[in-house]
Amino acid sequence: MQQAGIRAIPRGASARSFISRVLILVFALGFGLAARGEARTESFSPAIQAEIAQLGSKNRKTRRRAALGLAKRLEPKLLPLLLALREGSLYRWKPESGEARFVIGGDAVTRGEVEYVPLFSIHGKKRLTSADGKPLFVPDGGLRKIRAGRRIRRAVKPYLNQLQSSAQLHSADPNVRRAAATRMARVGDKDLIPLLDKVLENETHWLGRHALIEAKALIRLKSPNPEERRSAAAALGEIHGLNAVSVLQRLAEKDTDASVRAAASDAIGEIEGYLSWTATIDTLFRGLSLGSILLLMALGLAIVFGLMGVINMAHGELMMLGAYATFIIQGVFISYLPQNYFGWYFLLALPVAFLASALMGFLMEVSIIRHLYGRPLETLLTTWGISLILQQAVRQVFGAQNVDVKSPEWLSGGYHLMVGVQFPYNRMFIIALAVFCVVGTYLFLFRTRAGLRIRAVTQNRGMSTCLGVPSRRVDAGTFAFGAGLAGMAGAALSQVGNVGPALGQNYIVDSFMVVVTGGVGKILGTIVAGFGIGGMNKMLEPAMGAVFGKVVILVLVILFLQRRPEGLFAIRTRGA
Amino acid sequence: MEKKVGGVVLVLAALWFLVAMPSLNAFGTPGSFFHVSDFTLNLFGKFLAYAILALGLDLIWGYTGILSMGHGVFFGLGAYCMGMYLTLEIGGEGVYQSKLPDFMVWNRVKELPLFWKPFHSFFFTTLAVAVVPGLLAAVFGFLAFRTRVRGVYFAIITQALALSAWLVFNRNEINLGGTNGLTNFKKILGFTLTEASTQRGLYVVTALALCGAYLLCRWIVKSRAGKILLAIRDAENRVLYSGYTPANYKVFVFTVSAMLAGVAGALYVPQVGIITPGRIGVLPSIEMVIWVAVGGRGSLIGAVIGAVGVNWARSYLTSSYPDYWLYFLGGIFILVVQFFPDGILGVARDAPRKLEKWIRRTTRPAAGDEAFAPVRSEG
Amino acid sequence: MTLTSKSILYMEDVFVVFDGFKALNALNFSMDRGELRCVIGPNGAGKTTLLDVVTGKVKPDSGRVVFKEKTNLARMRQEEISNAGIGRKFQTPTIYENLTVRDNLELSVKQDKKVTSLLFGGATPEAQERVEETLDVIGLASKSNWRAGLLAHGEKQWLEIGMVVVQDPDLLLVDEPVAGMTEGETEKTAALLRRIAEHRSVLVIEHDMKFVREIAERVTVLHEGAVICEGSIDHVHKDERVVELYLGRGSEEHA
Repeated sequence: MQQAGIRAIPRGASARSFISRVLILVFALGFGLAARGEARTESFSPAIQAEIAQLGSKNRKTRRRAALGLAKRLEPKLLPLLLALREGSLYRWKPESGEARFVIGGDAVTRGEVEYVPLFSIHGKKRLTSADGKPLFVPDGGLRKIRAGRRIRRAVKPYLNQLQSSAQLHSADPNVRRAAATRMARVGDKDLIPLLDKVLENETHWLGRHALIEAKALIRLKSPNPEERRSAAAALGEIHGLNAVSVLQRLAEKDTDASVRAAASDAIGEIEGYLSWTATIDTLFRGLSLGSILLLMALGLAIVFGLMGVINMAHGELMMLGAYATFIIQGVFISYLPQNYFGWYFLLALPVAFLASALMGFLMEVSIIRHLYGRPLETLLTTWGISLILQQAVRQVFGAQNVDVKSPEWLSGGYHLMVGVQFPYNRMFIIALAVFCVVGTYLFLFRTRAGLRIRAVTQNRGMSTCLGVPSRRVDAGTFAFGAGLAGMAGAALSQVGNVGPALGQNYIVDSFMVVVTGGVGKILGTIVAGFGIGGMNKMLEPAMGAVFGKVVILVLVILFLQRRPEGLFAIRTRGA
Repeated sequence: MEKKVGGVVLVLAALWFLVAMPSLNAFGTPGSFFHVSDFTLNLFGKFLAYAILALGLDLIWGYTGILSMGHGVFFGLGAYCMGMYLTLEIGGEGVYQSKLPDFMVWNRVKELPLFWKPFHSFFFTTLAVAVVPGLLAAVFGFLAFRTRVRGVYFAIITQALALSAWLVFNRNEINLGGTNGLTNFKKILGFTLTEASTQRGLYVVTALALCGAYLLCRWIVKSRAGKILLAIRDAENRVLYSGYTPANYKVFVFTVSAMLAGVAGALYVPQVGIITPGRIGVLPSIEMVIWVAVGGRGSLIGAVIGAVGVNWARSYLTSSYPDYWLYFLGGIFILVVQFFPDGILGVARDAPRKLEKWIRRTTRPAAGDEAFAPVRSEG
Repeated sequence: MTLTSKSILYMEDVFVVFDGFKALNALNFSMDRGELRCVIGPNGAGKTTLLDVVTGKVKPDSGRVVFKEKTNLARMRQEEISNAGIGRKFQTPTIYENLTVRDNLELSVKQDKKVTSLLFGGATPEAQERVEETLDVIGLASKSNWRAGLLAHGEKQWLEIGMVVVQDPDLLLVDEPVAGMTEGETEKTAALLRRIAEHRSVLVIEHDMKFVREIAERVTVLHEGAVICEGSIDHVHKDERVVELYLGRGSEEHA
């Protein structure tokens, strides 16, 4: 294979960048629609082929003429070739057998001294394969680059942009279509309106329609006709064109026509009114999301604190273990399973994180915590010591740097509720997970035998022991359960925050604030406090910044404890 | 008899730290056995400053039974007060040759903020290092103790205090140097800080301050008010029903404790040369608790021994085995709480009795334990 | 039952509700100066809650609690109530275990209780005299320098009674003083309480019927947060409801 100058590199080892993969995906989808009819023939018309051939000319002028000629055709099928030309990744390649042809090169891979380039066809940018079906890599020495100077690049640019946008307007992915429309609105002129209209006819996704209408109105805002500008401004106000605010502001100040200025400021008013709505919804959602995170973190802590009177300062580190367990599962999926299973790693990571942290919690209880019941301050100091050890251990095993936990694809992106309001899937997942954990905990404590035992031991240890409840095992189990919840929380956190040895410390005080505010031993209190603190945090954040917002929350909690030292939901009890 | 021996040992130790160490530093021949290097003296200067803080922490935790996990904040307030004075002493000798501190020039602050101005005065600074943390402690303590926030709740909200303070001190907006803190000090009262004699002077001042703090704490715990502190620890309800207001005593001792921490911080800064928010966060605050726990809570000498001992171990381990320091720290947290609740001093105190018991048990295994039960006549 | 100049403690229509449970249910209770009163009743009758309300630990949801015919206790803080002249002895010995017996008493003496006065001053000669006197009364004079934690259970109870007495209260509340005591200790405690009651009003909560018979002048029976019977011990014994509710169960004690 070496002599042949071709080498197949196993796919797991190739280092294609993530971006190029996405690009391929986008193009594949885009052209899947646009070039459907001719996809199988894999060839251009003879005229085009002739022009492509001229790209290989030694003469710069000939090359430029050919490039411009190709670009002016505005032929969607030529887009990959033209893009490659612009990026300098178009090559002339002569295989061992057969004639020289044009190919597109991907990101090079270094093997030893030599750089190998993966090859793609110029038609549809499909991956070229060797005879045995493996991806084709050639040493870069065997390729002749088609040079495209600055003048060529500049000459083809407008056509290329238009081509690209219209290609993307036809994309199967509504997000790509929408982004293209938004971009066209910025750079486009009135010539694009017919194209937009045509796309609009077939557009079914409401958000895509919105983007297209917005783009049309934005282009019309540039019209020399004041009547047209006015109606465009009015239209933008009506559809809440969020992308139009800055343009409208300019218009409201500087337009020569008074009626246009008035229409523009009316539109701004409408859009801003709408924005305050979306901001409220957004804040609520973010509050809900933060509240869920706090709740997830505090739930296990509340159980251990409330039922067992143990102040578990290592709770944060148990979360950290859960996050690292997620990282490990991710690694296992990458190394040992086919790529298309990668998305499922997170579903496996959740129970694994639960079990890993629960096991650690069990060990902690059996070896150390067991001897400290009834002495909360002692448990506090001891578990703090454990937390330091766990942190350092993780630092030595995984390094002091944060590790990279990737969200599976089904958790990236988000759900568009309305224009300008997007709920990220990972946050929605966390909310769902919090609900799941709360319901699960409730059912566990109040609907199972094990839960009954836990509650019995909590209320009267001596009596429970007399009645044959193995209180020691119940203690260990309760503690492990609380620790397992921390592990789940850690797995969830890995999707929205950094995973590093300091993960636990960053959250522990917050978790305790939630537990203390909610009232010890009250799951309902923990829920209310979690969402209350989360919501308040997100409400204060815009006004005073994240740090001071948080400080204000801490002060509020301290003041709140003034009024109710036992928390929100403490019951008034006799005795004690 | 035992008390007398203890007293003599105490005085000897005080003389060693106060007189012998600085003398050996100043007059000993470098390299000889009887020489204390500048580095060592400086290191112990830092430890003795920590010991002052530990005394205060012992008052509130060891004697009154209230665990504060926010003492880093009070330490930091004292340190920052002193740091502001030292920063202003730099004058125009900074990197930017400006009257303003370098970091303010960097942050484009045009004028010295109002709260910095009094720190031109050394006298004001010496007052502020105790009063500022004392005030914060008084207000915080009043709010918390009045409504009987106690036990773990108090511990947790002091931890929240530490977190808040850390977050705030990290910000550039409050004009205290942000994450980098205050540093690059040049002079104190006109003396150059890099001079060995200045550092020796600072060491002596610290050692004197420690003696003063010890005497103050001793006077407090020996007074009747000190007995009330113990009473609050053992049976707060009884104190309440005896007509005392425990909250007042707690606020008092918390304030004294915070002031001692502030003084410790102020003595720490010129010797170490830097104060950053990293010194006042959650982790350093709780580490201070372990100094007291290791030495022996409820004993003033124990607090001093713990502070010096743990920090000595820290400086040894972090330089020799940097990866194992946290294991060690975590380990002593667990060990001390589990097995040595009275710390080093408790071990030393119980050792003769335990040894005797062990010897008797091994020599006369059949005798049983009743012979050693406390002799008590029924009244 | 009315509020008269003789009343030391007067409670009218007092309600205390815990999470829906009426611990005190329209309780009316009154006792006169100089009286030694026993309050009995089955578990959960509201006896301890009654003490909690009087000492300010629990605030009543409604009703009047008047001390010495004019002081309204319902709005006062615990230490204020204590300084007004009400002392309370807890059910389990609550003393300062790490202080000496003498210190325990000395800190409890009626005196200025500000931080500064305890920081700077020693005990006054009168206070010391009262401490010595009380040491004799509770029979712990020979152990005055013992660490209190080393005392026997009964001695701890006496010490705590001493600590309350040395406060010089007008009304002394005692919660189950003889629980866990030997027979000899119980007798000594009865004598002690009778001696204390010579000079002040004493309210005792007790289960031990023998003990109650030994000390009580008047007995109040509490049930479900209200008084169901009051009078001399013999009167109470004859009351049908009391017999059924409470004494019936413990009939072997006084058969």
